[in-house]
This record gives sequence, structure tokens and C-alpha cells, in this order.
Amino acid sequence: MAWTREQMAERAAKELRDGFYVNLGIGIPTLVSNYIPPGLSVQLQSENGMLGFGPFPYEGEEDPDLINAGKQTVTEIPTTSFFSSADSFAMIRGGHIDLSILGAMQVAENGDLANWMIPGKMVKGMGGAMDLVAGVKKVVVVMEHSAKNEPKLLKQCSLPLTGAGVVDMVITDLGVFTIDKKGGGGMTLVELAPGTTHEEVRSKTEASYRIAQ
Amino acid sequence: MKKLYPDAQAALAGLLRDGMMIMAGGFGLCGIPEVLIKAIRDSGVRNLTVVSNNAGIDGVGLGLLLDTKQIKKMVSSYVGENKIFAQQYLAGELEIEFNPQGTLAERIRAGGAGIPAFFTRTGAGTMIAKGKEEREFEGERYIMERGLVADLAIVHAWMGDTEGNLVYRKTARNFNPMMATAGKVTVAEVEHLVQPGDINPDHIITPGIFVKRMIHVPNAVKHIEQRTVRRHTEAPAGTAEEV
Repeated sequence: MAWTREQMAERAAKELRDGFYVNLGIGIPTLVSNYIPPGLSVQLQSENGMLGFGPFPYEGEEDPDLINAGKQTVTEIPTTSFFSSADSFAMIRGGHIDLSILGAMQVAENGDLANWMIPGKMVKGMGGAMDLVAGVKKVVVVMEHSAKNEPKLLKQCSLPLTGAGVVDMVITDLGVFTIDKKGGGGMTLVELAPGTTHEEVRSKTEASYRIAQ
Repeated sequence: MKKLYPDAQAALAGLLRDGMMIMAGGFGLCGIPEVLIKAIRDSGVRNLTVVSNNAGIDGVGLGLLLDTKQIKKMVSSYVGENKIFAQQYLAGELEIEFNPQGTLAERIRAGGAGIPAFFTRTGAGTMIAKGKEEREFEGERYIMERGLVADLAIVHAWMGDTEGNLVYRKTARNFNPMMATAGKVTVAEVEHLVQPGDINPDHIITPGIFVKRMIHVPNAVKHIEQRTVRRHTEAPAGTAEEV
């Protein structure tokens, strides 16, 4: 049994530490907020200019001036602060955010990441993704291991990059990989999802990786 | 010098010309200067280059200027909530220059602060870096990005006094404060108009020096792009359903 979307989010939440400031992308990464371990103080950053946000508002209490980066209505909590987009990206680009969890189309064994455009298709833009992967201290990708039987963990990305040598960890439905992006030590499989075999991972992965002892 | 104008048309009089560059504040539909955008549409000015994080949605915000084909080029980080945008782009009628969101914010901040260029790691080694000067600092690759100054900046604020001192509300702040600094002329619309001294000077976000003209928009209509709520029986974050 490979991990479900929720289990992938739960696994990603294990990367949280007390006192972390964290930016979560759209999709599975958003689910990570449901698995913040009790007792940990974690502040979520939203790149449109908000640090510390609460759950969705009760019906009738939505505020058009209070949204997250996915343009969804959210709520304030006692730790909330608001700031401009320049200050928001000073946090991101200045290395003040501890962890960025985001989705991807492709990740290469050297940490290259592609998640913003497919040539020939309508391109919507990179939003804040290029800033996040370039500036945040630790970058964790959460994604399906393969898309329509095409591997997504590759020797080299074929799609235009969001960042070169930026990914520290990849969590898929089949397992967890670390990438030594600075040291050039390549990719390592550090954890298998329950019921997944090394053979299955090998057959669905183009990238070369070693298996942690 | 009086900064307050009776309406948007009066506040924009003499400022608009074909082919100009306009910065428009807002993130999605949050904090957009919608009354000023409508007045720009009604003026009929054409071939605009518009700098804004997004491009509105069909019939709302900058979507209004796309409907009338008044925009020649967008400088944005994320678009495509918008069918007309896609149609015009695919037909070759509309240019788009994608900027990473932080690079866009910093280009505007730099432009307003008289900084012609800066280096950033964002986009190094990607197609964004093409044609840009690249340098290494402390072993890391950086690319050079240029500061941006627009002919006109339009911004939306929650409160302003007649000196042009502005306060924003919650996440409606976003790009508005930087854009206020980076227009050769900046026009602000404010929901609540007050007199000098009514705003605690410690709370002013945009000092009036950056604002040349302003209007009062007491009945501003605000839009929600993604209305997400939870039921009263639910408590934890993120468990709500989207409606």
C-alpha cells in the first residue's frame, strides 16, 4: 500500500520543528497544516503578506481583505501579522523562512525542480515558486511518484526549471528521498512507504539514487 | 496643494496617454484600485503596459481593460484566472512578461527607491535568467534584475487623510505600498477619508509624499475569488470544504 495524499502530508509534517516559519504550496502541501504535531509552535506564512493564519472562516464571516496566497478566505489568529509583498519576499528571499513544502512536475537527482510551465501549453506563471525555492532554508517537494506511468524523478528535468539545485527532500506516495544539493552527493532513498518494495521504486524512478543503510 | 479630487475621472485628468506604463496594486482581487481601473477603461486610453501581480478575472479588475483590449502587455507573476486573457494571449494580441513574484515586488520597491538594478538568486539557472547579467557572490549564482518605475501608479488603501498618508487593511496591502513609491504620479483611492492628525503617525504605512492625487471611494465593492468556509461544527485548520 503506497501512501495516500493525506499520508504524504502527514509524513511531510514530520519535517516541522518547534519555532519554524513555514510556507505551504497549493494541493497536498496545504494538507500538511492538518498534521502539525501538538505542542509545536509553527507559524504559516502566506506570500501575499500574512504570517500566522487560522482556519477558513465560518460562513458569513468571510472577509475579502483577508485571503491566503491561493486567494482563499482565511482567518486571523493572535500571532498574525500583515505586511507588504516586498516584506513578504524579504522573509522568503532573505532566508528567514525555515521550510517550504511545495508540489512539482519533475525533480532531478541534482535537486533541479520544474513545476511552473509546460511548453506549448498556456502558461499561468511562476507566482512565488522561484523565490521560495531560491530563498527558503529547506525545500521539501511532495508529489506523486509518477504521472501517467511517466517517471517524475529524473536524471535531468525536461521541463523549464523553477530552480537549479534547490530541492532537499522529495516525499512521494512510494517513499522519501533526500538530495545533497550543495555537496553534489546525489539522491538517497531514506524511507519506503509501507508495503512498497525496492523493486517497485526502482522500476518507477529514472533518477539514480542510493539506498540509505 | 490639494490632493483630493471629486472623482476618479477628475483625478486621472491629464495623466493618461496611449502606450504608457501603469502599475496597479492588488493580489488577485484583494486590494485592487477598482474605481480607478474603471475610469481608465472609460477614458479609452490604449496600448497600455500594465504591471500588476495578476490580471483580474473576466469582467472584474484588470479584466475590464482586457475586455476592451486596452492592454498591450502585462508584467505579472501569475495570470490565467481569466478566459479572455488566454484567448488574447493565444491570438498574439497580448504580450506577457512573467516575473517571479518576489522579483516583481523588489523591482517595484527598487524603482521607487531610485535603485536601477539589483542581484537576486531567484531564477538563477532558469529561463528567467536568459539575457541577464549573472554574477557570483560567496559561491552562489545571482542574476541582475532592473528596478521598475511606471508613468502612473494606482493604489487602493483602507484609510487616507487629505495629505495622502495611507493605511491599508489586512492582506489588501500586498503590492500597494511599493507601487505608491514607484509611479511618476501615484493616484490613491481610499475607503475612509479622514483629516490630517486623525491617523496615528506611527500607523501610517505610505507617507503622503508618495501620493499626488487621491479620491474617496466610500462604497467600494470588494470581491472574493475563492470563498472557502467551515461549518460551525468543525474546528481544526484546513479541514473545511471549499464552496
